[in-house]
Amino acid sequence: MPTSSAITVKNLTRKYGDFVAVDGISFDVPQGEIFAFLGPNGAGKTTTIKMLTTLLRPSAGEILVNGHDSVREQDAVRKSFGIVFQDQSLDEELTAYENMEFHGILYGVPTELRERRIRELLEIVELWDRRDNQVKTFSGGMRRRLEIARGLLHHPRIFFLDEPTLGLDPQTRNQIWTYINNLNKTEKITVFFTTHYMEEAERFAKHIAVIDHGNIIAQGTAESLKKKTKASSLEDAFLELTGHAIREEHATGLDHLRQHRKMWGGRR
Amino acid sequence: MRTIYILWLRQLKRYTRSRSRIIGSLGQPLLFLFAFGFGFSPIYQRAGGGNYIAFLAPGIIAQGILFTAIFAGIELIWDRQFGFLKETLVAPVSRLEIMIGRTLGGATIATLQGVIIFFLTLLAGFRPANWWLLLPAVAFMFLIATLFTALGTAIASTMSDFQGFQLIMNFLIMPLFFLSGALFPLDGIPPVLAAIASFNPLSYGVDGLRGVLLNATHFGMGRDIAVLSALTVLVLLIGNYLFSKIEI
Repeated sequence: MPTSSAITVKNLTRKYGDFVAVDGISFDVPQGEIFAFLGPNGAGKTTTIKMLTTLLRPSAGEILVNGHDSVREQDAVRKSFGIVFQDQSLDEELTAYENMEFHGILYGVPTELRERRIRELLEIVELWDRRDNQVKTFSGGMRRRLEIARGLLHHPRIFFLDEPTLGLDPQTRNQIWTYINNLNKTEKITVFFTTHYMEEAERFAKHIAVIDHGNIIAQGTAESLKKKTKASSLEDAFLELTGHAIREEHATGLDHLRQHRKMWGGRR
Repeated sequence: MRTIYILWLRQLKRYTRSRSRIIGSLGQPLLFLFAFGFGFSPIYQRAGGGNYIAFLAPGIIAQGILFTAIFAGIELIWDRQFGFLKETLVAPVSRLEIMIGRTLGGATIATLQGVIIFFLTLLAGFRPANWWLLLPAVAFMFLIATLFTALGTAIASTMSDFQGFQLIMNFLIMPLFFLSGALFPLDGIPPVLAAIASFNPLSYGVDGLRGVLLNATHFGMGRDIAVLSALTVLVLLIGNYLFSKIEI
């Protein structure tokens, strides 16, 4: 069903030298759905998101985002999604409004529409009153809300959220999920997210994929995963699937590079 | 075009908002101007060199531009570490536009810094041959600024953190400045030093600025402009290649 899929991934692989971060994964995210992508630290979640969002080139395999090939039709793909990164990507020296404006201009949103939409979105995430404050004065929750508003400015069909509620208090997490859920219901935006909070996946995601050591080890609804592992909660099912051993975050190519530089830098 | 504009505007906003940075980066050129300028003035005069402040001022302006431009380029590392680079890299715009916007933004800031230093040199007693020369001087400053912002960006494209910063400071920026003829005339210096200076792009910047403001050059105005323009194009091409290779 190629037309009803928001994201189609076939045999996607990414290697860093000899290390295989993502090992030939395939999955499908239906249009208009909330999809959870789970896995322990270093399982390949962020690497996968980076490939889905054109930041990294796949070593092999194919990705279709809204029907566009992520390597050959980069711009079409880029226009069609919004993203909230795991770590913040705002300019702290600029105000909330300027961050939004920057994004709108970069995505070619026409002036009138841009101004209307910025106001609308900042009101939704309750930051309109703070629009002229520099982002460096914002709390973690406010920054996250601003990033969500910014990611939606250009009317994306898919919204990627890489651990959107990491480090936020339950109130803020709840508020953020209310926005995301509403958005999915009212605008039919496909939501693809990663999280370590299993209850978020259980409550909001229709389908879940679990990735570990670069392979997808289980896919399905929360119910089917629980049934498969005979677990009472998704958390237990997750532990059953991925084991109890604590993971060290695998260094990415960039980290390897950094380490290399440190080694040589130390000899100055 | 809109991409280039908004990236340019962002650099400018960031610059005008950090007053401490503007003032901080004026400290060094001022120190050089007053210490070298007044310190060496009497002996320079006695040696028959004439007015040392007049000779030194364009060199100090070029130094201010060099530092500001390279730092503006290297700011890319900052954007990378603080995540903002990702926001621009997932946008549906070409990397070339991003790089041009950043470079023009940095070059504009460095030029502004050069103009501020020009006015400060007036306080030390510097006078250009003719006030109208300020206009071509600004254009020339922009050329120097573009070259070194592009150089900073190219270098920053290959670095993921500030570990190598001291290296760049001590083995690139400082030698560029001290071996450029900003502080001493290039006529009659030992051949090794002369050879080094002739391979130093800033020499042509300093010389050209002197050519514009004082009508006195060592290499000749045509050669200064040709060398700087050719190098700017070359560095932009290399920078564009390195920038397009960035993966986060």
